[in-house]
Amino acid sequence: MSFASTQFLVFFAALFLLYYTIPQRHQWKLLLAGSLIFYWFAGWWCLIYIGVTTVTVCLTARKIDSLAQAQEAWFQAHRDTLSKEERKAQKARDKSLRFRWLLACLLLNFGILAVVKYTNFVLGNVNAVLALFGSGQLPAVSMVLPMGISFYTFQTTGYLIDVYWRKVPAQRSLGKFALFATFFPQLIQGPISRYGDLSRTLYGEHPWNAQQIAMGAERVLWGLAKKLIVADRLAIPLRTLVSSPEEYSGVYVLAVIFLYAVQLYADFTGGIDITIGAAQMLGVQVTENFVRPFFSKNAAEYWRRWHITMGTWFRDYLFYPMSVSKPILKLHQRCRNRFGRFGKHVSVHTCSLILWFVTGVWHGASWNFIVWGLLNGIVIIVSQEMEPLYDKFHARFPSLKGSWGWDLVQVLRTFWLMGAIRVLDVYRDVPLTFRQLGSVVTGFRPQVLWDGSFLELGIGAGDWLVAAAGGGAMLVCSLLGRRKPVRERLLDHSPHLAWGGCVLLVLLTLIFGVYGIGFDATQFIYNQF
Amino acid sequence: MKKTIGTAVLWCGILCAALWLLNALFLPKYMSRVPEGALIAEYYKETAGHDVVFIGDCEVYENFSPDLLWREYGIPSYIRGSAQQLIWQSYYLMEETLKYETPKVVVFNVLSMKYGEPQSEAYNRLNLDGMRFSRQKLAAVRASITQEESFLSYLFPLLRFHDRWGELTGEDVTYLFHRDIVSDSGYLMNVQVRPAEDVPQGRPLANYEFDPVCWDYLDKMADLCQENGVQLVLIKAPSLYPYWYDQWEEQIEAYAAQRNLPYLNFLARTEEMGIDFSTDTYDSGLHLNLYGAEKLSRWFGDWLTQNCPVEDRRGQEPYESVWQEKSAAYAARKARLEAEWSGSNPAE
Repeated sequence: MSFASTQFLVFFAALFLLYYTIPQRHQWKLLLAGSLIFYWFAGWWCLIYIGVTTVTVCLTARKIDSLAQAQEAWFQAHRDTLSKEERKAQKARDKSLRFRWLLACLLLNFGILAVVKYTNFVLGNVNAVLALFGSGQLPAVSMVLPMGISFYTFQTTGYLIDVYWRKVPAQRSLGKFALFATFFPQLIQGPISRYGDLSRTLYGEHPWNAQQIAMGAERVLWGLAKKLIVADRLAIPLRTLVSSPEEYSGVYVLAVIFLYAVQLYADFTGGIDITIGAAQMLGVQVTENFVRPFFSKNAAEYWRRWHITMGTWFRDYLFYPMSVSKPILKLHQRCRNRFGRFGKHVSVHTCSLILWFVTGVWHGASWNFIVWGLLNGIVIIVSQEMEPLYDKFHARFPSLKGSWGWDLVQVLRTFWLMGAIRVLDVYRDVPLTFRQLGSVVTGFRPQVLWDGSFLELGIGAGDWLVAAAGGGAMLVCSLLGRRKPVRERLLDHSPHLAWGGCVLLVLLTLIFGVYGIGFDATQFIYNQF
Repeated sequence: MKKTIGTAVLWCGILCAALWLLNALFLPKYMSRVPEGALIAEYYKETAGHDVVFIGDCEVYENFSPDLLWREYGIPSYIRGSAQQLIWQSYYLMEETLKYETPKVVVFNVLSMKYGEPQSEAYNRLNLDGMRFSRQKLAAVRASITQEESFLSYLFPLLRFHDRWGELTGEDVTYLFHRDIVSDSGYLMNVQVRPAEDVPQGRPLANYEFDPVCWDYLDKMADLCQENGVQLVLIKAPSLYPYWYDQWEEQIEAYAAQRNLPYLNFLARTEEMGIDFSTDTYDSGLHLNLYGAEKLSRWFGDWLTQNCPVEDRRGQEPYESVWQEKSAAYAARKARLEAEWSGSNPAE
């Protein structure tokens, strides 16, 4: 059930009405039922996968929590009878026991994710190697990816690790935990919420709050407008440009970089707006996932502002634990002794590269995503290593730093650099992507920008204008919303302005949205992850 | 609180009004192009009842002249025809018509028995968009939509036609709240002449049996007419193409005999009616032109007066005044089209 479908609108409207009709203490149960129904639409068999994850994570978290409490109680009771060494040894044994439970559950759930998502990728690569030796081929396995598996696996395992680290208490109710795992607005494309954040409002009683509901509804409409007017419209020429790369090289590749950046932003943030808005209408607060990423001045900042919850998940549950792991600490020691200043960074950069490799793998089972992840890591590492050079440069030209013009240069540089790496998403393989990027230099034909060629990519001049106006509106709202979201500013100014904005959004989306017969309605891009 | 509710009501009202206006604006008007799309809605402008109502596809709205039936027999009639009207659409149109009036005779053209499944969105739109909102319309939509269509878009046509924003013309504004009359009591007049010269024979079919769903709807039509005391007459219009197979003919004959319904295959009576396919068709035998339609209507008028309980209503009000106006419009349209045709075809 896509967010941009009448089916979803009807589903959500019915759930919304029921939600504020039933006694408030039962609201979370209705949300759970709604979430399961929503998930059931993706195929009943998907419920088995998410059910296994939910039950195993919930029970393991309870077990770890119980163990921790029992161990703590035993420890307190025997504290005085144990020597310092015995206390240390006992603590290590206790931790090891809890860790074994954690590891078993993580292996099971990441194992499921790995099998359903990566089996055919691995088989494909094994076959490629076998082909080199002229051996027979392994057959591909027919497997359909359960909806949102990457998101719910990360969200639930993040909770499990938090329980292990004793950052949050284990949820004793399986039903309530199931709601955390399946909460439908964020099930298919995130954000990857933390239990500590989401549980604050997820299980509470929510009386009718007209302002919150209006704010949420307006955000849903804004998300739909971004998705249907801009993202799905730009998807049409992008499909043309990408499907015939030989025909569309040179300056067209720059167009792909730019258009895909805008399309993906409109698509992904549109989906997140619908998620956050729909949750807000139900009184649930979901974490923000974007903070004007295209205004970032470097790659590291970009990744702090784009798909934030994924970035922080990898940082907190992979990068930090890995950085203080014994092998990395040993590596750090060795490199520092051998290579001096640069050696001190080797361990951090190693962790960074592993993190970006895993980030790439998480995005998809293909070399494109792996190379995409590694390139992001390399850019960030190079950028960090070049900092002394930047400092020298700024010392030489002190007036540049902080100036509007230099900021713009940095923003544009980051936009195009990230965009160039991002096109690995759209071309069919890595060599082709690099050939296409190379053609910008070798086959630059700027005349196609004004000879009408862009009007033959599947949409006409009117559609380009609508897309440009939509993109412009997104930019303006992004700028205006730096201090306070535009919809709140409208409401502060006059309720009529806020209502007028809503009505206008509905009408513009209905008229200029890309949907219905004649259009190939595009799924949200991040659904596939 | 009251102020908030007031604001909400005001803006919801504005939204509804805007949606209503946009629906009207974006819906194709079918005035200068594809006038077939305007036929179904024209019926609701009728002010006097009808003794005979034709229901079916282009083989009725192109082949019968209600004006001739009035002028020569005093039979007030109307054609509820539309392009590639499927049998379930015919049924629901019949049911809807019987809500407004109870004619003495309903004439149904059986060509649509050949279609057992929804065919195309384009024709569905021509058939269904013009229907007023009613239970019959909902049922017709449900029965007709193809896999790619959405039910909701028939209730809110903006959902279907929103992509016309780039092609809106002055016509869409001119006909925002009204439409011109494009037909003569449902008859779409054509005076052009294109002789039928090389009519292809029908290709052998794997299966000549009509789909069970078509029989169901034909049954429902017969039952509905029986319940309402209306004489159902089955016909096959004298169109040379699409090909009408003997096997189909036998099935319809058997059904008509079983249900005790009159069945007239005009294809077998063209000589008797004086139809000459070198002069009486405008598209090489697919449909009759005005001259052919008048010949067919004359023959059928004779048959109706002899076999059905229709009376001569000439001189009766409100029929007389309504049909005088209609006849004048018919004559004017005929003169205009003939002038246009001879102008574009001086050799004629």
